[in-house]
Amino acid sequence: MADQTPFDPEQFVPLMASAGHPGFLGLTYCDKGENWVELELPWRADLLGEDDSEILASGPIISLLDMASGLAIWTTRKHFTPFATLDLRVDYIRPAKAKASVIGRADCYRLTKSAAFVRGLAHDGDPDDPLAHFAAVFMSISPGKAPPKRR
Amino acid sequence: MSKAADALTPYARALGMTVSEWEGDVPILTAEYTKNLAGRPGALHGGAISGLLETAGYAVLRAALDDQKARLKPINVTVQFLRAGSLETSFAKGRIVKLGRRTANISVEAWQDNAAKPIASAIMNVKIEREG
Repeated sequence: MADQTPFDPEQFVPLMASAGHPGFLGLTYCDKGENWVELELPWRADLLGEDDSEILASGPIISLLDMASGLAIWTTRKHFTPFATLDLRVDYIRPAKAKASVIGRADCYRLTKSAAFVRGLAHDGDPDDPLAHFAAVFMSISPGKAPPKRR
Repeated sequence: MSKAADALTPYARALGMTVSEWEGDVPILTAEYTKNLAGRPGALHGGAISGLLETAGYAVLRAALDDQKARLKPINVTVQFLRAGSLETSFAKGRIVKLGRRTANISVEAWQDNAAKPIASAIMNVKIEREG
């Protein structure tokens, strides 16, 4: 794989967000580094957590962080290889601001042959004033094999 | 028993989640498969499964509260992904492990064709802001 062009989240996100759940959420690419990626979840009235508020629900924020994590892993590894989320914990330290888009940043701080460890945060404009912190662990799915069956 | 938990969030409604039945005081959440829930080819998206789990957690708590105007806010959630979710109907059910005055601890499981083989589970801590 080393002879291929390194994985580029900026090119990958529009493809990923053209269908399925990422497409429903309308995620967009923000920024990247050696081992991190930032994605944006645009504010939208049908993603709210309560009828009488203008604050995004927590569900889409989990999706945002999960997808930012996958991108951070592939960016760190420099190529796409399937990973499954093993577990993901989010601490919501404050609500998002009304009508604010949420940005998720995931850092892949440790990558082994089979596992990837990711942590990061969600913010609504100022990364020094995050609304959530998260940590997650991912397991690689053996290349060339079908995704594991449920049974 | 109030059925206030039938009133789901705009986010849950947008993804087609419904309270399909009640087991006593416990609402069962259902999400029929739509492409809006799809992740990698052939599997549900983990974020969508997490959203279903959270929705079931809030629903069981809402059903248990006397104060229907209490505001529920997430403190944290830990999701365990146990099996890949197939592109089929999913269900989720929460259990209140501890109901305190200011917080609740809720355990939730999601499954598809076999409730004994959950696809994901979650533990949620929820802050309860009561009116009175």
